[in-house]
Amino acid sequence: MFDNPTLLKAIFGRLTLESLPLHEPIVVATFVVVALGGITLVGALSYFRLWSYLWREWFTSVDHKRIGVMYMVLGIVMLLRGFSDAIMMRLQQAMAFGGSEGYLNSHHYDQIFTAHGVIMIFFVAMPLVTGLMNFVVPLQIGARDVSFPFLNNFSFWMTAGGAVIVMMSLFVGEFARTGWLAYPPLSSIGYSPDVGVDYYIWALQVAGVGTLLSGVNLVCTIVKMRAPGMTMMRMPIFTWTALCTNVLIVAAFPVLTAVLALLSLDRYVGTNFFTNDFGGNPMMYVNLIWIWGHPEVYILILPAFGIFSEVTSTFCGKRLFGYTSMVYATIVITILSYLVWLHHFFTMGSGASVNSFFGITTMIISIPTGAKIFNWLFTMYRGRIRFELPMMWTVAFMLTFVVGGMTGVLLAVPPADFVLHNSLFLVAHFHNVIIGGVLFGLFAGISYWFPKAFGFRLDPFWGKMSFWFWIVGFWFAFMPLYILGLMGVTRRLRVFDDPSLQIWFIIAAFGAFLILLGILSFLIQIFVSVRRREDLRDDTGDPWDGRTLEWATASPPPAYNFAFTPVIHDGDAWADMKKRGYQRPLTGFRDIHMPRNTGAGVILAGLSVVLAVALIWYIWWLAIVSFVALIGYAIAHTFNYDRDFHIASSDVTRVEDERTRLLTANGQVG
Amino acid sequence: MALAHDVSDDTIFHLEDDHGLAEGGSSTMLGFWIYLMSDCLIFAMLFAVYGVLGGNYAAGPAPKDLFDLPLVALNTTMLLLSSITYGFAMLEMAKGRVGSMQAWLVVTGLFGLAFLGIELYEFAHLIHEGATPQRSGFLSSLFTLVGTHGLHVTFGLVWLVVLMVQVSRHGLIAANQRRLMCLSMFWHFLDVIWIGVFTFVYLMGMLR
Repeated sequence: MFDNPTLLKAIFGRLTLESLPLHEPIVVATFVVVALGGITLVGALSYFRLWSYLWREWFTSVDHKRIGVMYMVLGIVMLLRGFSDAIMMRLQQAMAFGGSEGYLNSHHYDQIFTAHGVIMIFFVAMPLVTGLMNFVVPLQIGARDVSFPFLNNFSFWMTAGGAVIVMMSLFVGEFARTGWLAYPPLSSIGYSPDVGVDYYIWALQVAGVGTLLSGVNLVCTIVKMRAPGMTMMRMPIFTWTALCTNVLIVAAFPVLTAVLALLSLDRYVGTNFFTNDFGGNPMMYVNLIWIWGHPEVYILILPAFGIFSEVTSTFCGKRLFGYTSMVYATIVITILSYLVWLHHFFTMGSGASVNSFFGITTMIISIPTGAKIFNWLFTMYRGRIRFELPMMWTVAFMLTFVVGGMTGVLLAVPPADFVLHNSLFLVAHFHNVIIGGVLFGLFAGISYWFPKAFGFRLDPFWGKMSFWFWIVGFWFAFMPLYILGLMGVTRRLRVFDDPSLQIWFIIAAFGAFLILLGILSFLIQIFVSVRRREDLRDDTGDPWDGRTLEWATASPPPAYNFAFTPVIHDGDAWADMKKRGYQRPLTGFRDIHMPRNTGAGVILAGLSVVLAVALIWYIWWLAIVSFVALIGYAIAHTFNYDRDFHIASSDVTRVEDERTRLLTANGQVG
Repeated sequence: MALAHDVSDDTIFHLEDDHGLAEGGSSTMLGFWIYLMSDCLIFAMLFAVYGVLGGNYAAGPAPKDLFDLPLVALNTTMLLLSSITYGFAMLEMAKGRVGSMQAWLVVTGLFGLAFLGIELYEFAHLIHEGATPQRSGFLSSLFTLVGTHGLHVTFGLVWLVVLMVQVSRHGLIAANQRRLMCLSMFWHFLDVIWIGVFTFVYLMGMLR
């Protein structure tokens, strides 16, 4: 029976034993380590009987704070995977000189640089940014939750489902070997007949549903659920940047969905969208994907700008300089980000007029961005600056990001781009802005809001270790790439001939090693902080003398966020309340209406992953079964009308009395 | 509420009574509208793709060889009528008349089915003539644009049936009214998209 190839094909599609990369010792060793780690984790969770706790309190939770934390955990776990890819590439490029092939074959190396880009953007930066927005935005606007709490849970699980699909490609089959945007014709079925590109497509499609829905959700939340008195121009800057980012998500991600759908039609059905013959047009793919891709980088950076604004204002103890200009700069960037996509392929040959237009719009973006830098500097000017960890990241960002911004303007000049296009100069540029901007912002945000989420601060010593390793490591890792790029070294190369280049790659590898220490220090920081949580505990809910509403409630905030909906009279609402001698209400609590937890998000996302895997491996029967199950379950879920409950006023009173007791013990009433 | 007043000792910092998450209705309308706009972008992209590839016949059939305008006009009529009948259903909903609302929804569903039937007949006819989606860039983009619209209509029909069952079970409760409003927006949205398809693909295709 098992010798019948037709039957096996009907059952398993193109999945065979040969699909397992047993011939790649590096992958096998990784698998052993991951499997052992996974077994240990599962064993520990079972031993401590944590499964039902996790399921009830976290996986099925519709609480925006818990979902936000889960996004952050996902992003940090995937950071480890994405960084492993990075340091493997650095090592390979530092070794492969003078006839040496390095230690990675081209088949594996090409997967690594593709996976690195895909994972870092979609499964590290996006979850971390979305996680922070999810956690912070409802608190900042004085809301109880987001507009659609169930959808929020579902969005998270779809994102996690996409990450599962990418991780699966490491051990079953292979990932794409096309670069992170999978340009055709290379990504067409003719040149990439294997499962790699299909893994890429379906991982992004599944995660993309999550991203789009969470975008709709947060736009709606910010527009509809602000506390009374919080006009648009009284919103915290982070909320403003979150609004613009989510508008960008809603307006950009459908394009990605559609372009990937067309690519899969080319691959599965044999249509001619991006083929070289029968009237297809590969450059249309490049245009379309960058119409999504350029807004995407602003989707990532805008919330980081918001974080820096909050941090600067808080740690300088004054209002943000130029709030209004900051808001308008954010809006201008939002709009301009749709008018620059062609600068990613000036060499396409669209002619001088088109290139000039896109070169100029690109340069114009540096104006609102520069305005922001000046706003932060002027906020610091004559401020009472406290150099806590979030502020340190902010200063490091300003110094680093400005360099990345300037090389960006340089690349925006079409003639210069003709020379630098596809070189390591470009690689250095976008790492300079993404690490120096987005990642530093995320670290600032994590250390800033961690006490809000967990009720204790992060350990400052290991935080500073992580900070210095990251900063120094970043400069060591990427400045050599600028130099190499200027010398004409192109990206994605596996071996080199010219031995004089090797020293620069060794310096870059050293930088990557320092960043490794930075990441380890960050993990140690979390571990040490959990161990020392009693020393680091903050009972006030306002450890930094904050200025916005999230600091008005307890840390960690109760499920309902605010016992009473706050009323806002000014920007920096919490600073205003403190100034006017706000008294925390101690009595008169009422029942609070809240959404109920549900496992539907996990189940729907799980079915989507099964469907995606079936489509990747051509297991058609499973695709049909999982698709029917997906639709059937979604319909069944709509028959459940019992989706909310009330937190009894007695429970609210109990929680609030406990907080009163803690505040009194600290000598702070109200 | 003394919201806009100047600073004074009796400034209110919180609401004694609030409705919390109870009023999800208007949020849902806005959220669904935003979702529709994102869907609209997918169609915008497919129109753009058709704009780029629509003339690439690859020595294969062109619109003039393929399109049967009277048939497409009939098809368009079906969809436009279904939009009108959905409107009638919503008027009945506003009056709280469950029976006649359900009847109009049935009529809407039948017109939708007729639309889909004619579309499938047209597709089958094209494929029979050798004008398959694989034949040329023009046909790839034609099938994808029209087919995506058709898939949306199919989805709308499934939704319509589910909603009719839910209304018959629970009556016109607030949650069901909200869902009917969302489907209403969805249905009319598909109508607008179809007018674009009819104009830019079929009518202008005959002029090309």
